Amino acid sequence: MSVFTSILARDLRLAIRQSADSLTVVAFFAIATVLFPFGVGPEANVLARIAGGVVWVTALLAALLSLDRLFTVDFEDGTLDQLVLSGEPLSFIVLGKVVAHWLTTGVPLIIMSPILAVTLHLPAEGYLPLMLALLLGTPTVSLVGAVGAALVLGTRRGGVLLSLLVLPLYIPVLIFGTAAVEAALTGVSATPMLSVLGGFAVLALTLCPWATAAALRQAVE
Amino acid sequence: MDGDDSSKDLRTQSFSGVGLACRRGGRLVFTGLDFSISPGGALVLRGPNGSGKTTLLRVMAGLTHFTAGHLAWDSVPVEDPDSHAARLRFVTHLDAVKPALTVTENLAFWTALWRGKEASIAAAMAAFDLTRLAEFPARLLSAGQRHRLALARLLVAPAPLWLLDEPGNALDTASRDALARAIADHRASGGMVVVASHEAAFVENGDTLDVGLFTPKIASHWSDDELSGAAE
Repeated sequence: MSVFTSILARDLRLAIRQSADSLTVVAFFAIATVLFPFGVGPEANVLARIAGGVVWVTALLAALLSLDRLFTVDFEDGTLDQLVLSGEPLSFIVLGKVVAHWLTTGVPLIIMSPILAVTLHLPAEGYLPLMLALLLGTPTVSLVGAVGAALVLGTRRGGVLLSLLVLPLYIPVLIFGTAAVEAALTGVSATPMLSVLGGFAVLALTLCPWATAAALRQAVE
Repeated sequence: MDGDDSSKDLRTQSFSGVGLACRRGGRLVFTGLDFSISPGGALVLRGPNGSGKTTLLRVMAGLTHFTAGHLAWDSVPVEDPDSHAARLRFVTHLDAVKPALTVTENLAFWTALWRGKEASIAAAMAAFDLTRLAEFPARLLSAGQRHRLALARLLVAPAPLWLLDEPGNALDTASRDALARAIADHRASGGMVVVASHEAAFVENGDTLDVGLFTPKIASHWSDDELSGAAE
């Protein structure tokens, strides 16, 4: 477990020192979301209907923007070789990096989401389900994205390939994430949708670090 | 020297490979390669660019799979990559230094990961003349200083086998001497070293340190077309 905390502490420290990286992701999230009222028009009822979906889609795209760099820097500067050779379970190392990624991009997105929901006229009862859905869904986004990021390591145009690889896998999270907001707006309980998102997170937590570790070993071969 | 206290608990074991062959991108890099290192021993890998020195080091580290032959640690076949990795330190041509962290923070991270002692960080920095740079962010270091930081990692947590890929690159004379001393100390305490170097000067320096005990028959195994396809 000390491996996990060492990696987590190092990646958080790096993220704080290079905070521009995280801020870019949050700024992208904000700007992309704010484009919608301009594109769709200012009618409150139209925006309210699409608010949940828009916030989710832009959050996924913003997360993807940062996933591209999850392993690339370590791969290019030789750190990844050393991590694979640390003699510690690589899946714990991966988990440390993914948790750091979630804390530095997922959490800021969750905090930003209600502010952006205001610009989309999301009704008051939608805010809590939206934030809870993001809280339960973004860990899956980071975990699944890590597998993709590890698989495209060393390829040219890895970022584009990563989107093609990972975005289809985000569809279930997107469906249940927006359904949770929808349910709350129509007066139905959002709990079943949130439970499914929690289930996805647990499934991803058990499978993804292991799959990512295998892909990383392949990358340093 | 500083490496002493951390090196005492090195277990002195032997490391060998028999009939190793490696194929990269469909081409044979080397084949029928044997080596053996005993406690306190050193192996200098010599050969021109692209002769497969780096590939052989990566095979020894368990990073790259070989297509034939086997590796043995103390006569036991090497099977689990993680337990093998825990016995070695690999200094590659990439320094694995994080520019945003200070010199101390860079070393402290690896010390924690390898379960080394906190106290060994200062000693490792002193050995490679990094003490006055301790609080500098690594992005301000020169190429040689960054490489010294990578070499200082060898000393923060003991491991019986050192794999060094062109360790003399970008180093000044004083740093080469420091490296030579570190290698000598490591060997004196029973550690093993494998050095890849095409640079004659560094190898000569190694000879006076008694580094070059054994020269593997790498080049003699290749035909010209095999050489042309061999990855560095």
